[in-house]
Amino acid sequence: MIPELGYGAAIVALVLALWGAVTAALGARTGRPALLLSAQHAALAVFVLVTACFALLTYAFLTFDFSVRYVATNTNLGTPFYYRITGVWGALEGSIILWTWMLGLYTLIVILRHREGARELYPWVLTVMLGVLAFFLLVITVAAPPFARQAPVPADGRGLNPLLEDTGMITHPVALYLGFTGLTVPFAFAMAALITGRVGDAWITLTRRWTIIAWYFLSLGLLIGGWWSYHVLGWGGYWAWDPVENAAFMPWLTATAFLHSVMIQERRRMLKLWNISLVILTFSLTLFGTFLTRSGVIASVHAFTQGTIGAFFLSFLALVLLTALGLLAVRWDALHAQGELDSIVSRESAFLLNNVLFVAATFTVFFGTVFPLLSEAARGVKVSVGAPFFNQVNVPLFLALIFLMGVGPLIAWRRASFDNLRRNFLWPVLVGVAAAAFFFSLGVRSAIAVLVLALTVFVASTITVDFARASRARVRLGEPLLPAMGGLLRRHNRRYGGFGVHLGILIIAVGVTGSQAWSVQTETTLRRGEYAELAGYRVRFEDLTASEESNHFKVAGAFTVSNGRGLGVLRPAKKFYPQETSPIAYVDYRLGLREDIYLVLGDFARDGSQATVKFQVNRLVSWIWIGGLVLTAGAVLAILPEKKKAA
Amino acid sequence: MSRRAWRWLIPLSALPVLALLAYGFRVNPREIPSPLVGRPAPGFALTTFDGAPLTLEAQRGKVVVVNFWASWCYPACYEEAPVLERSWRAYRDRGVVVVGVDIQDKAEAAQKFIRDFGLSFPNAPDPTGKVSVDFGTYGVPETFFIDRRGRIRAKHVGALTDEVLRTHVEPLLGEPAG
Repeated sequence: MIPELGYGAAIVALVLALWGAVTAALGARTGRPALLLSAQHAALAVFVLVTACFALLTYAFLTFDFSVRYVATNTNLGTPFYYRITGVWGALEGSIILWTWMLGLYTLIVILRHREGARELYPWVLTVMLGVLAFFLLVITVAAPPFARQAPVPADGRGLNPLLEDTGMITHPVALYLGFTGLTVPFAFAMAALITGRVGDAWITLTRRWTIIAWYFLSLGLLIGGWWSYHVLGWGGYWAWDPVENAAFMPWLTATAFLHSVMIQERRRMLKLWNISLVILTFSLTLFGTFLTRSGVIASVHAFTQGTIGAFFLSFLALVLLTALGLLAVRWDALHAQGELDSIVSRESAFLLNNVLFVAATFTVFFGTVFPLLSEAARGVKVSVGAPFFNQVNVPLFLALIFLMGVGPLIAWRRASFDNLRRNFLWPVLVGVAAAAFFFSLGVRSAIAVLVLALTVFVASTITVDFARASRARVRLGEPLLPAMGGLLRRHNRRYGGFGVHLGILIIAVGVTGSQAWSVQTETTLRRGEYAELAGYRVRFEDLTASEESNHFKVAGAFTVSNGRGLGVLRPAKKFYPQETSPIAYVDYRLGLREDIYLVLGDFARDGSQATVKFQVNRLVSWIWIGGLVLTAGAVLAILPEKKKAA
Repeated sequence: MSRRAWRWLIPLSALPVLALLAYGFRVNPREIPSPLVGRPAPGFALTTFDGAPLTLEAQRGKVVVVNFWASWCYPACYEEAPVLERSWRAYRDRGVVVVGVDIQDKAEAAQKFIRDFGLSFPNAPDPTGKVSVDFGTYGVPETFFIDRRGRIRAKHVGALTDEVLRTHVEPLLGEPAG
């Protein structure tokens, strides 16, 4: 009965979403408030119904209702309570429900916030949001029904993919989806602007915060994904340029470009066409990402399934792209920029270059991701493009972006005078050059590492110079130092929030550079009592223990770690799940600011007399997670409502 | 073309990308070629769940469909079980044998699976795992198509459909046994 209720709720929600999309559009054309009101009620009902779907599916998971195919595929009697809840979105069907639910939530917030303000755009925004919701509800009811029943009912389910039994699985998809679905809002506003022909700055101003919020969640999702990869997958890395990682990274790149280019439009009325294109591109890339993850077109660790769903997503992607770009062509004349670039040495051109680099990075990632398809289509040969391609092409782009990160926020608008350049950049450049010399004298010989470190110091100095100068100006007006600094952060929260995010990115860049340049590893087979040494650490194999867990069998090694003094015991393990043909590695590690000790258990003798262990000392990886925290602080500051300047 | 008409190239530019993605449906990234294709199939001698001997040698001259499965292999094995049974009934009189090899499984669970789906073709457990190693299986389900002369001619990874089975079996039926 429960599954039928869920299925019914999804169908009613689909009908209501379509109804709402149509009435909102009619409301926009006729100007009759009753139609718009009806659309709003429909949106509310859709949200309630999708919430019900979600709750019912969770209930089916908690009660082990194996007559529901999706439940049987993703849980079994041994699955712990906690993972029976996260298992709800552990695979395709449920993740689409989560996605739809978030989209419904965003739609409601849009209604609450913009119902009064944006009279012209709002009805069309509602139409687009409900239209996208209708598409996802169509997927739920037709292409990937989570409540589909099956017979015969298996006595036990298959169980969740063991790799997903991790706390990261609550936060990673949730953050990522909040980012993906959040990007629907700026897209809906952009479409509304194109439909109404009001392609001025209203839609940009209205969606600015939305974009930052979505961008932040997307960043968080990517970082948590990296953390999950690092501590679960056991290869010692956090980013593999896997097609699905790329699929989430591409909209991040274009959204980042958009966050920067809107500032030029706000200030100089330039780049209207470009901004709308970036929003369309970003939203299309989120759909492309979903298509890639769920269609089985490209092999990947994340790839969920194959079936008709790919065709659904591709058709929708085609509809979105052709409609949006078609409207763009219709409004071509109105979108032509009014402003002109005055000088190459100006903030506008720094931002433009930033945008070009972000889009170039997006293109290379896209190219590398679909290359296997391209190659097979053209030559009939399966070739995939690995990490070396992505690194070689993107590292120079990212280095240039870091450099611009220092230049963009401080250089003058329109035309920078020599005096402006000297005033803002003389000290940071000197400090940066000194930093390069300093790191070189410390023995850092990798050119890229020296460059990243020097650029980081340069950018950090520009931020310091700016903040110090602004604080000093307020102190001169009689404010004490600390309140002056606090007031500065609060009053110019967007600017300093942005700086905070920049600092976070810098710290992440240092972490990435350090881990790539200086991590070391060894793999060795140890008898009981023997030890391996690496980078000043000693790891001794003590013994092997086996235990029966609720849904798997676990063999764990005990290794004592020391570097002169004892640092404790690490217990990497192998987990044997009945539903998996090969064991799953369970990594154990000791995190540090400077370096992590990271152990992965390999083969072992059944009697416990010897074991193979992969022993890594990973440098500066923690900086990536710390950078994520700093980025969070910056993003929160930037998202805060702007404080009107007090008289 | 006038200057204003050029703008319609913008939406058109999306078409090649969409076409490439659509092409992606025609290829299967998980298809891993087996080095055994074209070679003689490794022989085996097993005992079926009913206690009858089951050897590959005894099937020489017939087209043999060897299917590796397990009762815990949910959902793929559950999807293809009816397909296998249907095909076995349709083809048995034309010289096709379907053989199920149950790997890494518990006997009761496997027998319940056979009962639930009413499987009537020979099914045998592979208690030592030797047969699945000889055939180089990665996981379940995997299916091998063996011609009348005992050579492996094709391998299918994942759940079978009626169509997949038919396209692999029909050409082999037309070949002579000699």
